[in-house]
Amino acid sequence: MNKLTQRIDKERLLLGIAAPLLAIVAALVVTTLVILATGKNPFDAFSDMVTYGTASDSQVYILNKATTYYLAGVAVAIGFRMNLFNIGVDGQYRIAAFFAAVLGGALTTPGWISIPLIILCAMGTGAVWAGIAGVLKVTRGVSEVISTIMLNAIATAIIAYLLQPGKLAELQAGGTVVSTKPLHSDAYFFQINTGPAGELWGFIFIAVLVGVAYWFVLGRTRFGFDLRTVGQSESAAAASGVSVKKMIATSMLISGAIAGLIGMPTLLNDSHQFSNDFPTGIGFTGIAIALLGRNNPIGIALGALLWGFLERTTNHLEFQGYDKEILGVIQGVIVLCVVIAYEVVRRYGLKRQQQRVGAELAAQAAAPTEKQEVA
Amino acid sequence: MANKDIDITVRTGTVHALCGENGAGKSTLMKILYGMQQPDEGTITVGGETVVFHNPADAIARGIGMVHQHFMLADNLTVLENVVLGAEKLYGIGAKARGKIKELSDAYGLNVRPDVLLEELGVADRQRVEILKVLYRGAKTLILDEPTAVLVPQEVDALFDNLRELKAEGLTVIFISHKLGEVLSVADEITVIRRGTTVGTVKPAGTTTKQLAELMVGSELPTPETEESTVTDVPLLKVDGLRLAQTDLDGVERTVLDDIAFTIHKGEVLGIAGVEGNGQSELVEAIMGIRALNSGTIALDGTDISHVPTRHRREAGVGYIPEDRHRHGLLLEAPLWENRILGHVTEKPNSRGQLLDIRAARGDTERIIEAYDVRTPGIDVTAASLSGGNQQKLIVGREMSHAPKLLIAAHPTRGVDVGAQAAIWDHIREARREGLAVLLISADLDELIGLSDTLRVMYRGRLVADADPATITPEELGSAMTGAATGHLEHTEDDAR
Repeated sequence: MNKLTQRIDKERLLLGIAAPLLAIVAALVVTTLVILATGKNPFDAFSDMVTYGTASDSQVYILNKATTYYLAGVAVAIGFRMNLFNIGVDGQYRIAAFFAAVLGGALTTPGWISIPLIILCAMGTGAVWAGIAGVLKVTRGVSEVISTIMLNAIATAIIAYLLQPGKLAELQAGGTVVSTKPLHSDAYFFQINTGPAGELWGFIFIAVLVGVAYWFVLGRTRFGFDLRTVGQSESAAAASGVSVKKMIATSMLISGAIAGLIGMPTLLNDSHQFSNDFPTGIGFTGIAIALLGRNNPIGIALGALLWGFLERTTNHLEFQGYDKEILGVIQGVIVLCVVIAYEVVRRYGLKRQQQRVGAELAAQAAAPTEKQEVA
Repeated sequence: MANKDIDITVRTGTVHALCGENGAGKSTLMKILYGMQQPDEGTITVGGETVVFHNPADAIARGIGMVHQHFMLADNLTVLENVVLGAEKLYGIGAKARGKIKELSDAYGLNVRPDVLLEELGVADRQRVEILKVLYRGAKTLILDEPTAVLVPQEVDALFDNLRELKAEGLTVIFISHKLGEVLSVADEITVIRRGTTVGTVKPAGTTTKQLAELMVGSELPTPETEESTVTDVPLLKVDGLRLAQTDLDGVERTVLDDIAFTIHKGEVLGIAGVEGNGQSELVEAIMGIRALNSGTIALDGTDISHVPTRHRREAGVGYIPEDRHRHGLLLEAPLWENRILGHVTEKPNSRGQLLDIRAARGDTERIIEAYDVRTPGIDVTAASLSGGNQQKLIVGREMSHAPKLLIAAHPTRGVDVGAQAAIWDHIREARREGLAVLLISADLDELIGLSDTLRVMYRGRLVADADPATITPEELGSAMTGAATGHLEHTEDDAR
């Protein structure tokens, strides 16, 4: 009996890996075809990607990128575990980063005070922004998909309005960039010097902490169990005593707070100010990465690293005469394939387990009767 | 494997009953006959011709139609519209279709009025519409999947009259049921399925329910009768003046529960009879705290819990066996041990403080599986992979493990095989001896009468009648369930039986 459980578990693990693997292989095939269609050699491109992507400066770049993407993936995944589609991560992190940058620019306190303050401000702003969608859903039944999309647009407008000289921003010395007041150098987050490879952002440790907390809270606490219950079946959750509405509001707040962290690696480790070239669209990247990582803390990390790798290496491909749009093709195909492959594999797995359990029980039931017949 | 070596021959112009415990493979067999599933081996022969059904359309083309247990009808359409829906090509949607419906309805005594809106019809009428739908599509063989599960005894008799009518006109009926009395009264031949195999075909004449039951399970049929009364005079649950209203889509406020009042004492089982949809589910949800009351009070063990959240009610000792275990009782895609935590996450052994105690929860799941005979290869399989009966045993085990003061049991043995049914009844009785109060809601009148100390009948959101389970018969209860009788039901000895 023990053996069977182990086998089922092993199988589940295999099935779990099968889906992303399938998606990536499919993406490779499609990409090969696309590059072939443009009349170039796909295998040269792939080998270039591998050589370039594994160079040490690329590694540092990928890790830095992945830090941001990981936080985005987790923020989205929290919603997914609840069956909430928080499309608004994008707006949440931008508005959070903006206000955090404004606050950071104004602070002259030592780093151990300003850094936590900036981070808290970002988390708070993100939570408030997501909370609006949460409140609307709970009280008025507004779909969080619609409200968060709208909130994204509103966030863009608010930032555009406030990011003007004389409002909350200033014209930089060069006269071309409008940005918030730069952070005092005390408020820079620490970095690790890796020599010629560049600086590794210290925020990666915060990202790891967030991952561990995500795993612990969801898997090991009562709150996490309630949250997952609502995600799996609202009706069963209500019957089991979870207040579904409260849960929806809470998880939106948490998702928003984590979304608030997304801009922090860039702000505290890199740009030190919020200007109109602050990275955008990472919230949507987060959706892709959460899907790819199956909402699993390690899966999301792998997804984030893959995204960083693809970005880094396809950038380089451009200099080798390939079209840079290849990045979009690969990413798009991966996401599409992942969504399809997961559903197929999930259904197959459920069915297969049912059959196995049935077969096992039939075997158990048959065994004693056969013995009786012999005796 | 769900089915193997199934051998069944149904003769034209007969009612052929298919009997077996839940999970014996009846539904799978029916799905194969109706083309919803393909057999791995074996053949189906219709009228001497071997056929292969790839989908239900193939089956209908061969004159085989199915009446599902759960009706597939649109409430906001008329009977006529429901019947022609999807079969517009046959007789159009106008006068010709109406004529055909009339003709079929008269020929088989179905008594269907084509222009009534479906939402105005009761369960029995809806079932006749379903039958008509199948006939309209030209079926000569009808498969009825547990058609009596939703009917009261009087309606069952009417249905059987319809079936005899169909038979007299030369149609063939395959009738699936696990209610042995019914099967004996209506069928010409009975095939029994056990563990996915046909174990025999018998004629009803000269066969008793006992013999049938033995064929079905290889053991005797349990009865739900309780022994000596354990009712005390300590009130445990007091419900008073409970009213619940609901606003439907048109903005009209509808009273679902009105002036409900009852008391359950320690050691007492209060049974509520009623045709489904008369407010039983709402009553359960009101007591569980899933729905907010409009007025009235609910007191558990002397404490007012009318406005206390569900979780606190559960912690205060309310156990809950929900009517729809898939929607309210389980997380189908979660492993068994997580399902063991569901609903009791704040209680031992599932958690310590704010943290889950996974090791203890897993250990306790093993215990439940052992004690309640949940057939599973392990606690890491998903709940969806268990059969309905085993899922139910897990739920019963889980709820009983927290020493409830009050158990709300809605259809506790629905879809459960005979063996598991007896075990669940035993668990309820045993807990009752130790002072458990039970609110029992069931569509199985034998179960209600056998298990309850007090009986109430619910009709259109009110408790309209009460009865003494020691003397009342299912038929008498049935008439109150349709609203025909109210007040205290007395058993009349000269009742023609």
